[in-house]
Amino acid sequence: MYKIESKNVDFYYGPSQALKNINIAIRSNTVTALIGPSGCGKSTYLRLFNRMNDLIDDIKISGQVMIDGEDIYGKGINVDSLRKNVGMVFQKPNPFPKTIFENVAYGLRVNGIKDKKFIEERVETSIKQVVLWDEVKDKLKKSAFELSGGQQQRLCIARALAIQPSVILMDEPTSALDPISTAKVEELIYELKAKYTIVIVTHNMQQAGRVSDRTAFFYLGELVEYDETKKLFTNPKQERTQNYITGRFG
Amino acid sequence: MTHLDIELQHLKAETIKMWTLVNLQLSKGKIALLKLDKDLAREVILSERRVNAYELKLDRDCENIFALFNPVAVDLRFVLAVLKINNNLERTGDIVEGIAKFVLNVDHTFDKQLLEITRAVEMYEAANNMMEHVLEAFDKEDTSIARKVFQQDELLDDINIKANKIVADYVRTHPDNIEPALYLLSIIRKLERIGDQAKNMAEEIIFYIEAKVLKHRSKVEKTKE
Repeated sequence: MYKIESKNVDFYYGPSQALKNINIAIRSNTVTALIGPSGCGKSTYLRLFNRMNDLIDDIKISGQVMIDGEDIYGKGINVDSLRKNVGMVFQKPNPFPKTIFENVAYGLRVNGIKDKKFIEERVETSIKQVVLWDEVKDKLKKSAFELSGGQQQRLCIARALAIQPSVILMDEPTSALDPISTAKVEELIYELKAKYTIVIVTHNMQQAGRVSDRTAFFYLGELVEYDETKKLFTNPKQERTQNYITGRFG
Repeated sequence: MTHLDIELQHLKAETIKMWTLVNLQLSKGKIALLKLDKDLAREVILSERRVNAYELKLDRDCENIFALFNPVAVDLRFVLAVLKINNNLERTGDIVEGIAKFVLNVDHTFDKQLLEITRAVEMYEAANNMMEHVLEAFDKEDTSIARKVFQQDELLDDINIKANKIVADYVRTHPDNIEPALYLLSIIRKLERIGDQAKNMAEEIIFYIEAKVLKHRSKVEKTKE
């Protein structure tokens, strides 16, 4: 069974159609990259998986989006538990105005967990998972804003991991970072896929090549090509894909 | 270890596997030649397919690394070097297959006197050693081992240059043995080409480790640099 599957998905912002009949199946423990020019629908598509688009007025969706075989737009779906299972990391690091420790503990606390020892352990594990522990272990009580952009982004990933999701969505997670921090986050993505299923939107095609197993190329709301990253970057089937990834687009 | 490091390490391991196979082919070719072991010669010819399969695989691996990781600096030079070494190894495999085919065509074992005066066996051993040394240089990333190969190649060139006259004199005195003598001359030519392939591979290793281009330089310059 696929971890994530979308079947004949159409999506509208008011009268304008942002996604046209998207069919994609994603296996567990893989990294899938969504690429395409601005406005192609890739971020809209990503935000379907944790129903972030629900927060926007006047939207319409048809078709099915399944996670673990369950239609997440079906009746009786608890959106809060969906979002616990499907974590998200954004383009700009967005730590809360709290201490480093509390940033990671936040998700646990809002979920009603009070056991201090449990929270401490989970915070430590999560920060270790994003290879940030050695850098912050002596200043857990300090504000998260004292960290560098790259460290903040890894902290945000740790915050997402703390509530133990099985899927992580990343919307251009390195576009605000310098090359060294970018490389660290990319390595992290490569390591995290052993435990999680990751879907990443990126404007950086080299990044898609480096981190992902499969790549989906979107254009004007359509899925032009979806294939193994190796194949898509060495021998794409569609001319539009070739023109886009070689920078000859339009 | 980064994702790219893992891919590069894998590429290196695959190259070494192919290299070991080619060197084994070369050694078997020598035994087949000296003992006129036609079964072994056939085995060499069959195994050439495996060498070819490795070539295609390494080509594909390099292509993927270029496309997915955009390697730079030493990583870029390494993948470029492997791409060329891959080509050299495949050519070496072809040459050994050619030697094995000669063995199938020859009727009697080669005259010992002829082998001695042409120094063909010594040449074969030298070619074998060169290939082993370049492999060792690649494996250990040691350019000093790679540089030794340029010197060794001189022996092969020397034997090759003298072979024409030696074989010509021999066939004048042994008119019944013209055919095997001509085969042996062809084998000497092939061994000389293996030396060239080994030398090219040594140049590639030095290029990727030291970023020095030694192609088209004289031997003295190459060993000094």
